[in-house]
Amino acid sequence: MSATTTLADTGQVPRRLRTLVRRAERQHLTKMLALMAPSVVFVALLFVVPIALFLFRSVDNVEIPKYLPSTVAEIGQWHEGEMPPEGVYRALTEDLIALKGEPEAAVLGRRLNYSVPGFRGLVTRTVRQLPDTVPASARDLLAGIDERWLDPVYWATLKQQSGRITDFYLLSAMDLQRGTDGAITQVDETQAVFLSLYGRTLYTSVGVTVICLLIGYPVAAVMASAGPAAANWLLMLVLVPFWTSLLVRTTAWVVLLQTEGLVNKILIYLGIINEPLSLMFNTAGVFIAMVHVLLPYMILPLYSVMKGVSPVHLRAASSLGAPPVTVFRTVYLPLTIPGIAAGCTLVFVLSVGFYVTPALVGGPSDQMIGYFIAYFTNSAVNWGLASALGAFLILVIAAIYLVLGKVVGFDKLRVR
Amino acid sequence: MMQKFRRRAGRGSLWQLALRAFVGLVLAYLVLPILVVIPLSFTAGQLLVFPIPGYSLQWYEDFFTNPLWTGALWNSVMIGVATTILATILGTLAALGLHGSKFRLKPVVVALLITPLAAPVVIVAVATFYFFASINLVGTYLGVILAHTLLALPFVVITVTATLQGFDTNLTRAGASLGATPVHVFRTVTLPIISPGIISGALFAFVTSFDEIVVALFVASPQQRTLPRQIFSGVSESISPTIMAAAVVLLVISLGLMIVMELLRRRSERLVGRAR
Repeated sequence: MSATTTLADTGQVPRRLRTLVRRAERQHLTKMLALMAPSVVFVALLFVVPIALFLFRSVDNVEIPKYLPSTVAEIGQWHEGEMPPEGVYRALTEDLIALKGEPEAAVLGRRLNYSVPGFRGLVTRTVRQLPDTVPASARDLLAGIDERWLDPVYWATLKQQSGRITDFYLLSAMDLQRGTDGAITQVDETQAVFLSLYGRTLYTSVGVTVICLLIGYPVAAVMASAGPAAANWLLMLVLVPFWTSLLVRTTAWVVLLQTEGLVNKILIYLGIINEPLSLMFNTAGVFIAMVHVLLPYMILPLYSVMKGVSPVHLRAASSLGAPPVTVFRTVYLPLTIPGIAAGCTLVFVLSVGFYVTPALVGGPSDQMIGYFIAYFTNSAVNWGLASALGAFLILVIAAIYLVLGKVVGFDKLRVR
Repeated sequence: MMQKFRRRAGRGSLWQLALRAFVGLVLAYLVLPILVVIPLSFTAGQLLVFPIPGYSLQWYEDFFTNPLWTGALWNSVMIGVATTILATILGTLAALGLHGSKFRLKPVVVALLITPLAAPVVIVAVATFYFFASINLVGTYLGVILAHTLLALPFVVITVTATLQGFDTNLTRAGASLGATPVHVFRTVTLPIISPGIISGALFAFVTSFDEIVVALFVASPQQRTLPRQIFSGVSESISPTIMAAAVVLLVISLGLMIVMELLRRRSERLVGRAR
């Protein structure tokens, strides 16, 4: 391929031959692209599209325009400060009558409840008691079913959330809310959970990364300076946990860290402690298990960089009279920075998205962002909020890759 | 610190001993907790405690006769094999195409094919769940296999591309100039030379699927429960020695594949070394 390129580009060949070569090259490129096409289409369809759709959910206001079409069309007529006109009441009544006996009524109620607590009950109750046709005064009908329909706060919410796009989920994920007057304020301290969640996620990930670096660096250095046979054995020992299923390792820690578990028994036997420590369902357990799972991801890139550091440099520095600490600080450490960057990026990025290990080893207050994404998807079924959290997680990881990706290079990310 | 660097000249010391002891402790921390599941899986008692009251194979018997576990094992193997076939074919073709071409958008294609590896699995799992829910693939074998293939594909692309880098393209030209069709050249020249890379990629793909838990939690229904998923629900509900037996089975399979990979790697290193 490269040989033919040079031939065509030298300009010393007859034009006809050049044309033929160019055509052959084009055919070759087409063939190669055809080989790549299935994978590219596969990843685009099963990765890019789902991620894009998932992220779009964080601003997608699907329920209200879908289930209350007439209300959304009419509510522009209403201006705050006065009571909603009869047309708006009528529109809502018609929309709700259409939802009678449909499961969508519950979906709509759930969505409205995110914005105003109690809205779900109001919708369910109203839908249940509505007649099949709209009487002369829809306002009297609704107010008769529930007085809250005279409270402008519910109407203001409907008006504010009537667009196709909403910032509701993104704001919620930052512990913010938009009042009915449009101003953004912080939510009550009792309801604020997400900022502390990000703090905890960052704290855990940074902590795990630092511990991995501190204990992984000497191990990698010893491996790199060992003879080939010893290095191979050490490498195998690091690869065993690397290849062992994450779940097997987490299960092992669940067993070991129990109050009656081996770790406590050994510590008591050695006389280090008298009472069993509680290591499960708390931060200590999460750190012990996560460092165990992620340490190979620190050691392996460090090792591959350290193996390339020539001992000649170190000897040169020593022979010039540098004390060992200076040799380490000014020669060895700077030469291994690419390995440090690669290892830290890997460990941090992996731990920031961790889900399984904290879910099994940690307590309720140790769960990280990944757990809440799963929770809002499975248990709470608040897909908009799950998506907003996912968007923040992706943002953090993309930023790290952009900053460190140039230092590290994507090809080093050989992980599982 | 001085000794650390002097050690390169072959001298030992107290400091070096301390460093070695530290490294030994770290490696023990890495390996021993995994091994703890092995004796526990053979316990004759009901509880997961040391010392072990006696040894028995009852938990393995439970594992290999209880339809809950045999079904999970069967699902894992089936999904793993299907994922391996799909990912290996797709990934090998892509690697061949990438290796044989130069074009401006090539880095974009490489990045696209590698990114599923760099994204947090929980995001991939949740996004796949939403997407599959809209096209009725949640709770189907096809859905789990497709999602696992997405996670396994980058490994095949990376491994096969790495092998192709040591591959002399003049060999295919030689074959073609002797009149062989491209398919014939691929089958008789390219494939035998890059097969260690393809096999490594396939093993990587299998292990990726076989050990995968997060996607399985979201995309699979109880009907497609895999071995990791069965272990996960066991650990989060009531942990029993049968889970230890299941963990040992998983451990033996993963480590067996790791040894095969390591042997393959050393063999191809030897071959490359000899060729040079």
